Amino acid sequence: MTRLQAVDLSVGYGDRSVVTDLDLAVPDHAITTVIGPNGCGKSTMLRALGRLLRPTVGHVVLDGRRIDEISTKQVARELALLPQAPIAPEGLVVRDLVARGRHPRQSWLRQWSADDEQVVAQTLDWTAMTDLADQPVDQLSGGQRQRAWIAMALAQQTDLVLLDEPTTYLDLSHQIDVLDLVRRLNSEHGRTVVMVLHDLNLAARYSDHVVAMRDGVIVAAGPPAAVITPDLLREVFGLDALVIDDPVTGKPLVVPIGCV
Amino acid sequence: MSTHLVVRTPVLSGRVPVRSVAVAVLGGCLLVLTLAWSIGAGDFPIPLADSLAVLAGAGDPAHRFVITELRMPRAAVALVVGASLGLAGALFQTFARNPLASPDVLGITDGASVGAVFVIVSGSSAGVLATGISALGVAAAALAGALLTAAALYLFAWRRGIDGTRFVLIGVGLGAVMTAGVSWMLSKAAIYDLPAAFTWLAGSLAGRGWHEVTPALYALAVLGPVAIVLSQTLRVLQLGDDSARGLGVRLQVAQLSILLVAVCLTAFAVSAAGPIDFVAFVVPQIALRLVGGSRPPLISSAILGALLVLLADTVSRVVLPTELPVGVVTAFVGAPYLLWLLTRTNRKVSA
Repeated sequence: MTRLQAVDLSVGYGDRSVVTDLDLAVPDHAITTVIGPNGCGKSTMLRALGRLLRPTVGHVVLDGRRIDEISTKQVARELALLPQAPIAPEGLVVRDLVARGRHPRQSWLRQWSADDEQVVAQTLDWTAMTDLADQPVDQLSGGQRQRAWIAMALAQQTDLVLLDEPTTYLDLSHQIDVLDLVRRLNSEHGRTVVMVLHDLNLAARYSDHVVAMRDGVIVAAGPPAAVITPDLLREVFGLDALVIDDPVTGKPLVVPIGCV
Repeated sequence: MSTHLVVRTPVLSGRVPVRSVAVAVLGGCLLVLTLAWSIGAGDFPIPLADSLAVLAGAGDPAHRFVITELRMPRAAVALVVGASLGLAGALFQTFARNPLASPDVLGITDGASVGAVFVIVSGSSAGVLATGISALGVAAAALAGALLTAAALYLFAWRRGIDGTRFVLIGVGLGAVMTAGVSWMLSKAAIYDLPAAFTWLAGSLAGRGWHEVTPALYALAVLGPVAIVLSQTLRVLQLGDDSARGLGVRLQVAQLSILLVAVCLTAFAVSAAGPIDFVAFVVPQIALRLVGGSRPPLISSAILGALLVLLADTVSRVVLPTELPVGVVTAFVGAPYLLWLLTRTNRKVSA
């Protein structure tokens, strides 16, 4: 089953087409990771899936309806989206950032229901941010900051979560920390996650489904072991590499040899 | 640590920081005291207790006459103009995510000046166009100038959305053009028109009353509540365009309505009293530092704006040896206070 899919999707800026005739069905309750070289259109596709960009041709379908025909607020109740390297305004504390995630479920009269309060408290607890709840987001470390933003997306209580390079600018241990959190989002809450990652080994390790893109089209899609192969690495990244079994997870592990 | 007041009934629920309520209430009390002082002081002094009695609807008939007929109109202009400018500044700064984004910096008040000065200096050298515009009066010309400049700002700044920095830069550019226009008109003006033009340009409440304040009062009465309603969108909008849309905000509609409200508040305020510098720029930042949080609080900005303008006007009228235009005094009062706050709170200026 799939709630979110792209049908014959083309997206571009001006005359330049960045994503061309792309079809994608996002598997429900799984983690899908989009990989590909810089400028291959992965973020563009993700942004189109999240309705931030209007397709030039084709469309995105959410629950059988074209997403551009659903109200913005209704979409935000079904689908949460974390942009790349989001910046919180100075002075905003973690608790208030997470509370912003309740916006799609609030109205002008219902600005802070008992539900809102409970969900924010649970989310802070679940992301281990309770102790930092009254800290300004701009004073946190990079990893904590990303946790706070993921907590905001979580407080939105959507089944679908789109993450645009959630590990950018983080050191390795914080990358693992953030991706462990993403995996718990999926395993404990059954959320469907679509994310863009640069690191192939992390993509292999944390994904159920990998989509490899080059020049705006999908080259391969499937389980990590089926997609991340020496042939594909050569074709998509121009990389000569060994793919061995990760001794920790048994998933594919890329060992680069050199550029082709 | 932030503590909040939570209101929760079956239909209505909300949450406000205790500090923002405290600042608004204290500011409101100070405002009433300042108002009592302002309407009591002058050639016919009225004791504070008697002024307060008149404000409460009682008091001696002679006092009532002096206050309601002579002093209250001018104080009302100060209150309405100050509140409008404070509120507009808070809206602009949050919208552009930039503390520089205030109507004085964005060229909107300069646009009003072009309209006003044109009418003032062309009164004696009447061409056909000039007579037509002069008939509208200085206030209407200022209003038109501000609205036209804001429309130009929006058209130039809009590129599939509004970027805060470009918005400010284009505003600064437009402001420079408008200022040049004012200088040009002043250099060509008849010498006996200049005092009136310069007084208007400094922002003055002298001789202003119910007639000038009524349009601004209506604008504030309508747009103030709209601004409060928009506040909920504003707090999501400040997370950035992508995040805001991800949270269900219709970006264009939201941005356009916030801009429209802020521009109209400014235009009506400036057309009533001239460009009172610094209020829209400095008051939201002062309110932000008093209340804390991540964006200038709207209601406190309005209250403190009214307080600053009324206080400045009263000081100018009562305390200073010669009466200065209120805009000069707001700059003298507001700027050092902002500098003091900046050095004290050790925090970057932010919207």
